[in-house]
Amino acid sequence: MNLLFFQAATVAYLLAAVGYVVYIFKPSHKWTGEAAFWATLAGFLCHICYFAFRWSESGRIPITGFFEAINFLGMGMIFVFLIMEFRYKIAALGSFMLPIVVILMIPVFLLSGDIKELNPILKSGWLGIHTSFAVLGDAAFAFACIISVMYLVQERQLKAKHLGAIFHRLPSLDIMDTLSYKALTLGWPLFTLGMITGSIWANSAWGTYWSWDPKETWSLITWVIYLVLLHLRTIGWRGRKMAVLSIVGFLFVLLSFFVVSRVNIGKHTF
Amino acid sequence: MGIIVVGLSHKSAPIEVREKLNFPESTLPDALRKLMTYESMRECLIVSTCNRVEIYASVSDSAMGIDRIKQFISDYHNLSRNVLEQALYVYPDAQGVRHTFRVASSLDSMVLGEAQILGQLKDAFDIALKTKTTSTILNKLIKKAISVAKRVRTETKLAEGAVSISSAAVELAKKIFGVLEGKNVMLLGAGEMAELAAQHLLGNGVKNIMVANRTFERAEELAKEFNGDAIRFEHFPDALVMVDILICATGAPYYVVSREMVSRTLKERRNKPIFMIDISNPRNIDPEVDKVDNVYLYDIDDLQSKVDVNAESRSKEAEKAEELVTLEVETYLQWERGLDAVPTIVDLREKVEDIRKRELDKTLSSMNDLNEDQKRAMDIMSQSIVNKLLHAPLVVLKQAAAAAGESDNTIAIARRLFNLDRELMRPVHERTIDQQTKEEPARSKEKESKCR
Repeated sequence: MNLLFFQAATVAYLLAAVGYVVYIFKPSHKWTGEAAFWATLAGFLCHICYFAFRWSESGRIPITGFFEAINFLGMGMIFVFLIMEFRYKIAALGSFMLPIVVILMIPVFLLSGDIKELNPILKSGWLGIHTSFAVLGDAAFAFACIISVMYLVQERQLKAKHLGAIFHRLPSLDIMDTLSYKALTLGWPLFTLGMITGSIWANSAWGTYWSWDPKETWSLITWVIYLVLLHLRTIGWRGRKMAVLSIVGFLFVLLSFFVVSRVNIGKHTF
Repeated sequence: MGIIVVGLSHKSAPIEVREKLNFPESTLPDALRKLMTYESMRECLIVSTCNRVEIYASVSDSAMGIDRIKQFISDYHNLSRNVLEQALYVYPDAQGVRHTFRVASSLDSMVLGEAQILGQLKDAFDIALKTKTTSTILNKLIKKAISVAKRVRTETKLAEGAVSISSAAVELAKKIFGVLEGKNVMLLGAGEMAELAAQHLLGNGVKNIMVANRTFERAEELAKEFNGDAIRFEHFPDALVMVDILICATGAPYYVVSREMVSRTLKERRNKPIFMIDISNPRNIDPEVDKVDNVYLYDIDDLQSKVDVNAESRSKEAEKAEELVTLEVETYLQWERGLDAVPTIVDLREKVEDIRKRELDKTLSSMNDLNEDQKRAMDIMSQSIVNKLLHAPLVVLKQAAAAAGESDNTIAIARRLFNLDRELMRPVHERTIDQQTKEEPARSKEKESKCR
């Protein structure tokens, strides 16, 4: 039953993605943007319902395992998007965000949504706290990455003096640069908190704060990359270079999420 | 009463020469008065902008007038005639009228359809009016030019092109900066289009405008207009650090803004983006500058290609405008020819009266036994013969003055038939007479019959 909400959410996101893509390429079809927004909102409500049902069903916050983690990431991204859309009215953001969320959701759609039993040693209040921080940090980095892609698209068009249909829909370089920076300044502390709470949790579960588990190591690298990025920004890096770096940073996040967690045998394997 | 335009523009001379010939606004009345002291000058008007310096004059003798105007420029600016000869163009008579209309309609401007030149022409005219150096001919010419310009603006889409170019610049600026409030703009050099773009930016929330120009006075003038600050030309590279939008139109034949300069500036301003608009021709900003990160360089062609109106329809509008101008030149020339008829009528009357008086005197002096009444009767009779004889030609001439087309022939033939010029025919008349002698009598007869 609750899976129905998940499917409804995915379908709504898919429709919204189509609407937003049409919106950005066809300047005359302005209504598609609005329709896509409502579809996104509807999808998000379904998504929350699904999340709540699953929570009550399993008796713990549903952010464990690959399925739930991706699900939560997608939800986080939509949440960030809705806030940004509400605050800055950048419908074009949806044209980039929604397709990515859909791409995230499709494999999850095919995966088993069964609720797995959790290792009792991990049953702790830290579970929700650690994973929430980590995934929200990832969502912020994802947002920064998508904004950066948009920035690069617009920057390229401006430099090439070839302004396509997309151009008229994209926000200004300055706004995108600022938003991406804001997302980083939000994402990095969240990510840091995720690491700290994780390490506290690890100490309570295994008696050691840090054990050079592959995921831990990889996360540390990611953490350092974003730290360097923020530092470069404060010494005056801006625009294209920052956008590229932010995309590179997110590649590490993706690798961590999809590869490191899957192939390596470690505490984080789910 | 020939109209003459002598001058130079961005098309004929580089900025270095143009600047040497510049007449600052405050010195114009004095310059106009000086010019009037030159031989053959009847009326004059000086237009001096950054893109053109032109003297419009009505002279009693064309060749002499042209020579004297050149001499005036040479005397006034302490330049050798040789240098001037190369840079100056001369448009006499009909060409002069045509040129005036084209300038006013912005067909001679760097950016077709920009409206500023019309304002500048009006200002120059106002000054000449106040200095009282214009009269019938130039007043009519300039007023007509202004109405032609307005016609071009309302009947063609030429002006839309120029406006949309600067709104394209504003749109691009918004795509880079989002909001333009609080952004700093620098005008480097001062062209018509640069000012137009600056005005558009001001209308979109820009508050701070800096103006740098080779002649500091001009920079100050412009800065005052925009409520901005004037800076010395040598100092502009240092001020660049604060500039978000640079509009460049110095007219220099080399790159004023180099890649190295921009790289340095970007470092100093911590890579905050700069939008550069190069409106100059030849270009003033090294195209290499565009390769610097966070710099967006657009020249006039780039901007023009952003405008919805495509090149083809734009040149079509220009063509339409040219046609309009041609038409208006024709009407103007007709009016001028009409003006020609008045002196002819006066000349004819004087000549005939002269003959009548002479012949009457001769007759009367040989007839001593006439009383006063008889003398008066003879006088009246001669007068009425003359008037009856002159009636038809005068009506035709007056018609020619009012009507258009073949009037020049009518006047020329009248002058020739009555030998009003004593063999001194103007070249233009000679030519037309040769062509027209065969058909002309028939036509005048036709007109005569119409009169009755």
